[in-house]
Amino acid sequence: MSKVIEGLKYSKDHEWVKIEGTTATVGITDHAQDALGEIVFVELPEVGADFEAGDEIADIESVKAASEIITPVGGNVSEVNDALEDSPELINDDCYGHFIYRMNDVVVPDDLLDAKGYEDYLSTLK
Amino acid sequence: MMEEFAPDRIVEPLLVEQAVPKRRGYLFAPLDVPQAAPLDDVFARNSVARLPEASELDTVRHFSKLSTMAYGVDYGFYPLGSCTMKYNPKVNEVTASMEGFTDIHPLQDEDSLQGCLALMYRTLKDLSELLGMKWGSLQACAGAHGEYTGLKIIRTYFLHHNEMGRNRILIPVSAHGTNPASANMNGFEVQEVATDERGLVDLNDLESKLDDTVAGIMLTNPNTLGLFEKDIRKIASMVHEAGGLLYYDGANFNALMGMARPGDMGFDVVHLNLHKTFSTPHGGGGPGSGPVLVKKELVPFIPQPDIVYHEDSGKYGFKWNEETSCGKVSGFWGNFLVVVRAFTYILSMGSDGLKAASRHAVLNANYMQALLKKEYSVPYDVICKHEFVLSLSNLKERTSVSALDIAKGLIDFGYHPPTMYFPMIVHEALMFEPTETESKDTLDGICKAMLQLKDMAEKDGGWLHDSPHHAVIGRVDEVRAAKNPVVRY
Repeated sequence: MSKVIEGLKYSKDHEWVKIEGTTATVGITDHAQDALGEIVFVELPEVGADFEAGDEIADIESVKAASEIITPVGGNVSEVNDALEDSPELINDDCYGHFIYRMNDVVVPDDLLDAKGYEDYLSTLK
Repeated sequence: MMEEFAPDRIVEPLLVEQAVPKRRGYLFAPLDVPQAAPLDDVFARNSVARLPEASELDTVRHFSKLSTMAYGVDYGFYPLGSCTMKYNPKVNEVTASMEGFTDIHPLQDEDSLQGCLALMYRTLKDLSELLGMKWGSLQACAGAHGEYTGLKIIRTYFLHHNEMGRNRILIPVSAHGTNPASANMNGFEVQEVATDERGLVDLNDLESKLDDTVAGIMLTNPNTLGLFEKDIRKIASMVHEAGGLLYYDGANFNALMGMARPGDMGFDVVHLNLHKTFSTPHGGGGPGSGPVLVKKELVPFIPQPDIVYHEDSGKYGFKWNEETSCGKVSGFWGNFLVVVRAFTYILSMGSDGLKAASRHAVLNANYMQALLKKEYSVPYDVICKHEFVLSLSNLKERTSVSALDIAKGLIDFGYHPPTMYFPMIVHEALMFEPTETESKDTLDGICKAMLQLKDMAEKDGGWLHDSPHHAVIGRVDEVRAAKNPVVRY
């Protein structure tokens, strides 16, 4: 069973979000990293860029497939996890310990799931 | 040191690595004509060409050894889903090596090329009939090239009708990766359409995405789950009502030959892969060919030159339709000798034979699916068309043996692995397409191997993590290959 952590918000596209005041930290869930397999490349967003929730914000590539990361929240990118450029496999090692980007002035949509909601959602997938 | 000589890991050095200075396999006679003036410096190379210096025997042995390390459909079962790796009848090679087809030049006078032109004309006629289309072009040299060409025709059609606002192409999430790539290359914006719980196009999602900015939808039918899109007529009328066109990716046409026609389903443009459905060499053995066929309204926009038959003179010729054509998409006639092979296949099979081929392709896939679903999970458990998808999610969770491990394990049993991790909507997917040319014995054999591999997974997954153990090349480091690719010698 994929690991889901209490206190985070989740999207149906399998991103996790940690919301603190007006900032948010985003990464991909255990389910996502497991489904992707060994990650070999992450293309990070530009610091300072604005995105709306639902926009494609970053690319992630594994030995199996290339996928887009859909940002679950809107806002202004304030920081990216540079360590992923050389060591994208950190996401496989600990996906909740290694964020992908941070945002300021976040706009949080109401349809994000809590840990329980996300677990229930995972159990409906084939 | 001994490790290098391990009998199950014979590595053949490149020919240039085996080279010995001055060793050669030829002897020229002394020059008995005046020596020509040396090349102008502009054209002369300034370093010695690094060509392998080897004897004829060294060279023959090198390639003979390499041929024993390769795997092809002439060697064994090749159930690579979505690729239709059917047997290529040898009669195709007989016709494709006839002088009249090989010893010609594309710039020869049309009068001296009547046989070749007639063959292309008749191939287009037959393909149009099989697909329910009006006419087309044989120029595209591969499947994705056919997609690119088909979408270029759609783009040109809307340009001609002053509807350049139609810049979106809808593509199901389960589609072949080449579909969004071809749309993107043509300057279209790609939008995904969801798949519903039946594994088919989600009609509500489609409805919500249709408007006057949609140029069309790209579908393959049966889809990449091996399922027939039952709502295709409904989908066609929805898209047409919104002013868009339907593109048929012929990758999976092997399920339908002589049974159903994309044209009758409502498709406006199709491409076929002669190297899949029409038994011409596929993969490293290419080249391929991706003919594009269209409905009447789109004929003016096909690549030029068109091939025509002049009834008055009884002769075939080229016609340049520069006014409306989407342009030229390859040199001269495309891969002509591939077309010769495909035409040979069509004639040698006949219409009943093509029908029987599709029937058997579907029967073989269902037979395998029925045997395998006793031990493996089938996410869409219904009668399939020519291919089916297993999900190894549960097995992986229980034993840590993944779809990749099982696929690699099959190599040790002497089989080419199926397609892995595709379509992406199925986790730990293995996709089998047996094709019509395999016997029941072969299908029983691979199913037995699959069941044995599952047993091994339950007992000793570790062994499978390191498979294949008996191939020339063992488990490759895919992560390193992706992160640090060495793409030239």
